[in-house]
Parts: sequence; C-alpha cells; structure tokens
Amino acid sequence: MTAPLLEVSGLTMRFGGLVAVDGVGLTAQTGAITALIGPNGAGKTTIFNCLTGFYRPTAGRLLLRHPDQGEIELQRLPGYQVARHGVVRTFQNIRLFPRMTVLENLMVAQHVELMPKSGFSVAGLLGLAGWRAAENAAIDRARFWIERLDLTAVADEEAGNLSYGMQRRVEIARAMSTRPLLLCLDEPAAGLNPRETAALGQLLLGIRQEFGIGILLIEHDMSLIMGISDRIHVVEYGRKIAEGTPAEIRSDERVIKAYLGEPEEEEMPAEVAQDLAQDLSQETRP
Amino acid sequence: MASTIIARLPARLRDAALAALLALVLGIPFIGLQTLSTDQGLAIGTRWPWLLAAAAVIFAGRLLFAILADLLAERRRTARAGRSLVSEALAGRLTRGFGIGAALFALTLPFLPFSDRYVLDIGMTALIYILLGMGLNVTVGLAGLLDLGFVAFYAIGAYTFALLSKFFGFGFWLSLPLSGLVAASFGVLLSLPILRLRGDYLAIVTLGFGEITRIILLNWQSLTGGPNGVSGIPRPSLFGLSFDRRPPEGLGSFHEVTGIAFSGEHRLMFLYFVALGLVLVASWGVWRLRHLPIGRSWEALREDEIACRSLGINPTASKVSAYATGAFLGGLAGCFFAARQGFVSPESFTFIESALILAIVVLGGMGSQIGVVIAALFIVLLPEFARDFADYRMLIFGAAMILIMIWRPQGLLSNREPTLRLAGRSAAGDSAAKEATP
Amino acid sequence: MDSAVALGTFLQHLINGLTLGAIYGLIAIGYTMVYGIIRMINFAHGEIYMIGAFVGVTGFTLLSAAGVGSVALGLLAVLVVSILFTAAYGWTVERVAYRPLRGAPKLAPLISAIGMSILLQNYVMLTQGARPKPLQPVLVGGLTLWRGENFDLSISYIQLFIMLLTLVLMLGFTQLIQRTPLGRAQRACEQDRTMAALLGINVDRTISLTFVMGASLAAVAGVLVTMYYGVIDFFIGFLAGMKAFTAAVLGGIGSLPGAMLGGVLIGLIEAFFTGYVSGAYKDVAAFSVLILVLVLRPTGLLGRPDIEKV
Repeated sequence: MTAPLLEVSGLTMRFGGLVAVDGVGLTAQTGAITALIGPNGAGKTTIFNCLTGFYRPTAGRLLLRHPDQGEIELQRLPGYQVARHGVVRTFQNIRLFPRMTVLENLMVAQHVELMPKSGFSVAGLLGLAGWRAAENAAIDRARFWIERLDLTAVADEEAGNLSYGMQRRVEIARAMSTRPLLLCLDEPAAGLNPRETAALGQLLLGIRQEFGIGILLIEHDMSLIMGISDRIHVVEYGRKIAEGTPAEIRSDERVIKAYLGEPEEEEMPAEVAQDLAQDLSQETRP
Repeated sequence: MASTIIARLPARLRDAALAALLALVLGIPFIGLQTLSTDQGLAIGTRWPWLLAAAAVIFAGRLLFAILADLLAERRRTARAGRSLVSEALAGRLTRGFGIGAALFALTLPFLPFSDRYVLDIGMTALIYILLGMGLNVTVGLAGLLDLGFVAFYAIGAYTFALLSKFFGFGFWLSLPLSGLVAASFGVLLSLPILRLRGDYLAIVTLGFGEITRIILLNWQSLTGGPNGVSGIPRPSLFGLSFDRRPPEGLGSFHEVTGIAFSGEHRLMFLYFVALGLVLVASWGVWRLRHLPIGRSWEALREDEIACRSLGINPTASKVSAYATGAFLGGLAGCFFAARQGFVSPESFTFIESALILAIVVLGGMGSQIGVVIAALFIVLLPEFARDFADYRMLIFGAAMILIMIWRPQGLLSNREPTLRLAGRSAAGDSAAKEATP
Repeated sequence: MDSAVALGTFLQHLINGLTLGAIYGLIAIGYTMVYGIIRMINFAHGEIYMIGAFVGVTGFTLLSAAGVGSVALGLLAVLVVSILFTAAYGWTVERVAYRPLRGAPKLAPLISAIGMSILLQNYVMLTQGARPKPLQPVLVGGLTLWRGENFDLSISYIQLFIMLLTLVLMLGFTQLIQRTPLGRAQRACEQDRTMAALLGINVDRTISLTFVMGASLAAVAGVLVTMYYGVIDFFIGFLAGMKAFTAAVLGGIGSLPGAMLGGVLIGLIEAFFTGYVSGAYKDVAAFSVLILVLVLRPTGLLGRPDIEKV
C-alpha cells in the first residue's frame, strides 16, 4: 500500500470548554472511498470543517501528500487555500449559489484556474483569444460534469429553483469541476430517496474508478456506507473508536455499543435500535 | 370582478377612516399647532382647518391606494395561466431593447428640438447618477456588500481633480483616470478593516467613512479650502481645443479651429457627450466584468461566502476588488462632476447622496444595469417634475421611495440574466473528458 | 494649583460627556431593540427623536403661554405628552413603512426607512419652518462642586436631571425586558419569530410595541436635548441618529446595556476630544474608535460573538 493521500493525526478541536474532537487520527487513500461514521454530535462535521479549512484545529496535523507539490500541512494554510490544493467539500445543508444557474455554479468552481487565464480580468476585458479559449475549455469541463450528473435539462436554471436531489448533484458536480484530489462529502445522501441513494452510490464508485481520486464521506445511510466504502472510521464523543473494512466494522463490539447504547442506558426505543442493527448488518450493493 | 371590489369597500372605508383619525391625532402638534418666532421668543399659532384638510387627504389617498391594490390583485388573479404576463425570455429581450433605445435616445438628445440648456443639464445630472449607480451596483448589487458611504469615493474623485488642477495644473483627461485610481485606492483602504464585518456592521462603518471624508474636506482648510471649496477647475477640452470664447493659455479654441460660430451651448453639448461616453464605457466595462471570473466571484460572494471559500476563492480578494471597482467608477463620476461645476465644496457630498445612490441600486433591482439606468432617471427626474410642488417635492420624494419599495421590494427589474448559457452551444468534442480528469 | 485646574477641567469634560452620552444612549436603545427583533436598521429613528424634541418645544411654549408656573409639573406634563405623540409616530412608521416589507429582501426596508427619514424631515420643516426654534430655559441654575481661583467645577440641574432620569429609565427598562411577559415575548421574537408565533405570541403586536418603546425613549431624549441646548431644528435627527446608531453598534447591536455603554462612550469621546484636541474632528474620533473596536471585536463591545455555522 502506498503512503496515504491524507494523513490526520492527533486532531483536536476545542470550543471554549467543549472538546468537540479529541485526538482523532485517520487516513484516506487515493482511489478509495473512506467513510466517517458515528452518532449525531460525534464530531464528524467538525473534523470536516478542520480538514477543509473552516476551523483552525486546536492541535493536530493534517498532512496531504500532493502528487505535484509534495507534503502539505493543511492546518497551516489560510482556509480558502485548502481547496486550491485539491481538498474540496460539499455541505450537509447544501450551499449552492442559488440565484446563479447550474452552469454558472460550475464556472465559479473553476475560478482559481480561470482568474489568471483572464489575465486577472485585463485579457478578459479586452476579449483576447487566449482568454476565450480558456473560457471555452472551462465550459466544456462544466458540460462534462453536467452531463455526467444528468443535469443537462436544468443547466441554465437557477440552482435555487431545483429539487433537493438535483441540488445535491449540482454540489457534487461543482466540487468535481475543481478537479479535486480528495472529495469530501458531508452526508450526500441526506434527504434522498432510496433510488437516488443507490444512484449516488454508483456515481461515487464510478468517480473513484474513473478518476482515481480519494473520496471521504460522512454518512448516516448504513446501506450506502457498507456498500461502497473501502475503509470506515467510527467516531463517538469526538474520539475515534474503531477503524476497518465494512466487514470488520459490522462486527465491532464498540461500534455496536456506540450505535445501540449501553444496555443499561436504554435511551433508544426498541424499534429504532432494531432498525439500526438491521442497517448495520445490511450489505446491499447499490 | 367589480363586485369583489364593492364587497370589500366597507372594510376599505373603515380602514381609510382609521388612517384619517390617526393622521388627525398625529397632526395635532405639527399641523394643528405651530410654533412661531416672535420678539418675545416662541408663540403658538393654530391651523385647525389645515389639520382637517390633511386628514381628508390621508383618507382619500388611503382609500384610493387600497382600491387600486384590490384592482391590481384582481387583474393578476384573473390573468390567464402563466406565472407572469411577460415570459422571462421576452422580459430579457425587452430589457435589452430598452437599453439600446435609451442609448440611442441619449445620443440624439442634444439635437432634438426640445433640447435646451435645462434639458442638457438634467441629462448630465442623470448621467452622473447613472455612473454612480453603476459603481455602487458592483459593490452592493453584485458583491452584496452594503455601502452607505459611497459618496466618499465621489468626493475623493472630485477633489482629486480639483486639487490636481489647482496645484499642478493637470487637465481633465489626465486627471480622469487618476481620480478613478485614487478613489479605488481609498476603496481598498476602506475595505481592509471591514473584511470581517457582516451586513449591518458594514452599514455603519461605511457610513462613518463617508462622514469622515466630508468632515476632513470641511476642516482641512489649507488643502481643500474648507467650506469654501476649490474653484476655477478647468473644463474638459476636445483634443486640446477649448470651448471657451477666450481659450486658456496654450489651448486652441473650438469655434476658431472649426469655424463654427461660437455658442455657449456647444460647451454644454460637449460636456454632455463626455458624460455619456463615460457612462457607455463604464456600462460596457461592468457588463464585461460580470461575464468574467472576477464578476462571477462577486456574485458568488453575494450568494454564499462559505461556499466560495470551499472552492478556493479568496473572499478577501473578491471583496477588495469589488470595493475598488465600485470606488473607481465613483471617482470617475466625481471627476466629471468637478469638471462640469468648475467648483467643488463639501456641501455636495453629504449622506443624502449616498442614500440616493443606494436607492438607485435597490430600486433598479440589485445587480441589474438597466435597472440602474431606470432608477437613476427616476431619482433625478421625479424632483424635477415635482418642481411645481416646490416645497413639497422632497416630501413627495420620500413618500415615493417608501411606496415603490412596498410595491416592488425586489426592485423594478428583478430578473437576473445568466452570464452564459449551455443551451445553444455546440459541444467541443472529447477533449472535455480528458480535461475533466485531474 | 495647575494640576488642580487640570483635574477640574477633566472632571468638567467628564460631566459634559456623561450628559451627552446619556442622551445618545437613550436614542441608541431604540436602534438596538428594533434591530434585535427585526434585524433592520431603523434609519428613521433619528427623526423620531427630532419629533419628540419638537413636541417638547411646542409643549413648553404652550405651558408658558398658559402661565403654568410649576417647573416640576410642567416638565412632567411635557414629557408625558411628548412620549404619547412620539410613540404614536413610532407606531405609525412601523405600520406604514416596515410592516409591508417583512420578509422582503434585506435592503428593501432600509431604503424604505431612508425614504421615511426624508419624509419626516421635510414634513417637520414644512409644518414648523426651517429656522431653529429657541426655547426659554426651563431648568436653570446648578451646583458648584468646586471653586478655584479662576476655575469653577459645576454641574447644572439640567445635567443632573438628564443623568438621573436616564439612570432611572434604564433600570426600569431592564426590569421590563427581563421580568414582564412583554419582555419575554420580545426576547422570544428575537430568537425565533416563527417559533414565537407558533407558541401564540402576537408577533406583529410585539414588534409594534418595540417601536413604541424605542420611540418613547427617543421622545425623552428629544425633550431633554431641547432643555439642555435650548434650541432645535428639523435637522437635529440626522446627526443624533447617526451618533446613537454608532453607539448601538459600538456597544454591540442587539444588546441593551451595550447601547447604553456605547452611548456613554461616544459622549465621552466627543467631550474629551472637543476639550483636549479639536471640536471640528470630534466625529472623526468617534467613528475611528468605532472602526477600531469593530476590527478587534466584530460584534461590538457587549455583542455576542457569532460562531460561524458551516
């Protein structure tokens, strides 16, 4: 196995007295789907926020092995720079540019590349040929992802007017338009129906295979996680409690306990616990 | 249709009566009573009939508006299927058509039969406000950054030209880009401390910046001449030709070189065309910028700053560039203003100007360039038409601002035209797939 | 001796600054409360204060014409009348210019408010004239706190009255917000208007009452200013409004104690800057302090820092 694309060690995030993430370590490989799971409030999104430059971690090291630029410590970069080094995310509660069209959303995603090509607007203002070629290439890339995610019919619609499922797809298309090394998805299946979820699974497997990038995802949908993940990390109360292949995680005592609660706690109604247990034992490849 | 209106009439009447009653009460200390200055200090006078008249006006006005609103609502309800009377595509074409029509009209205005000094003068005022509106539209309309002190850039542009001409003898054409650049530098300077601030905090800080600028202009006597301002600012020349009867040293004169008989109106026409040229170039520039990565990043910033950061866009750079671009246009407008007046003083750059420019952007529909033109015309022309009401014109103006916002909170033109479309474009071939891979 | 004079001068500036600050604070509360509940800058609030001042002048003039001798009684009557009328104006402004715009894009109410400000200013100018209104002193005399050879430290009764009344109003107001059902409703609306409505709170009425309360305090400030300076005109609302707004933001907009603290700070900055540096640039100083504070603490002195939700 080659050295992992992303190596997180000792990640800690404190908010005042609250320790949201406590010494978490995890890795993500290129060409693999890595899942991050855990009960609500376990600190998954906080880990994402540290990773993608939205929070500055209290402690820890976020090492990215960039094929061209060597080793980069993400926690030292200004927040917006993280995406420029190939770590791009989506959001749990979808953050599109609602009054811009789908195509425009995907064009904004290519801003970092296009800005110098527009001569920082000078060449663009003059309409020089070099800029026009660059713009056309950007449109072609956007078109590729629009077609790939089945958004052709709505490409010129305002993103805010689309259905929930479509918005989720636009967000993935937008992230992919930046040509990431590591795609971080925060609950991409939330709010999707089973058919859409299955399609999402196929899409992610396809992206992994075709483009060989790393995918890191937070998800609650166990059928999806168990179906597509190469490796799963489990966090609870800000600590990592388990790591392994889907098969290993399914049989891990601590994971089951984290999800079902200690027997004496009885926080979870019986039927919910049953559902969860079922989810955990499922292995339905979408 | 009429029956629903009549059915609602009693409620509307009651409503209007209540409004009139309220007006009657509210009017007591201001309309009913009046403080009069006498030799012994203040005395009180009464004007009860006025108060009754005011209440009557409120009653009638309220009733009229309610019935009008009912009628409009009725029309809309009975209008045939379709979300609006005009389709989106048609609206887009209409807007563009209006833009071209307006430009053509503006180009021919000086030669139209009714055109005279007064018309050209108002035309120039309108053009200045359009230019200012275009500038603020970049900051507020596109980038979504509230600015209540835009007048500062206008003032800085004007004073840059005034002082450059006073101390170094610079002419208009040299000072024009410099004014823009100086204003833009101040835009950068202002944007730095406020990058972390959001929405409403921006409002007061920018407002403060506007006031600070005015106060400094007012008090820095040795540089700016204080309240007396700077006078003797030279007029623009046409390729070195002056439009004065006796041109200043070193310049030829337009009427001598061309052989056209001297007329004071030529100078005015020339100034008008300079303003029009500035506006046309500026609107072309802003239009281009909107279609470039920088412009899209402004709009993206307005829509969602966090999403911008997640895509590697530096919000600081976007904000600073938006402020600077807006300020640049404000500076150009200021420079032209100084050239047209031949005189600048701090009085011209009060908060009310900032408010008016912001009103132009919001009234026009945030981000819409044609909207800016329409709203600027409205803001400049309404007080002119209300001139017959002399004293009441600002009162009417304030009321109109409120009514229009209630009528169209989105602004007059709220349709956003996409900067590019996929439909109708031909695919470029399979290079796309290769390009898309990392 | 010189150091005594210096100390005396310092204290005199302090007293003047506190008086001014109390007035700014009273107006600032109106901004902060309205902002807290509907997240809008009520740009016409300065005009509401100006209206309060004008009702005050009219009231005092009427009383002196009627020959009312008792200062205490007259003052009370004028304050009450001014509060009543000004509150009615505050209510109307909300009803006419802001309520129809609830849920509209953020800048629409701001433009409407600017329109309202222009409207009210011109309304008062047209009905009462553009010339300044001088008023006979209502409360004269004062206390000399310290008497030096060529310097007296004094506090006038009116200054004392302003500070005491502001203090009392502030205490009463804090109680009102913290202890009464109305205050609870108000705080609930601040947190989540939809939820408050679902729980049976009449949101429209609560918002109206917020405007009424803000206007009442502005009316008091208007009457006090009239007595303090002895002259007003239709334009006083703009500058005072701007200062009070600055005070509200400085203290942390949405926070009542913040508004008061901000008001006092702005008053002190003005008094000391005028006394020791230059009167012409006192507003520059106030705004500079504001910008500095916001750079260091983007939500003001007592404002809750907002954690960015991703």
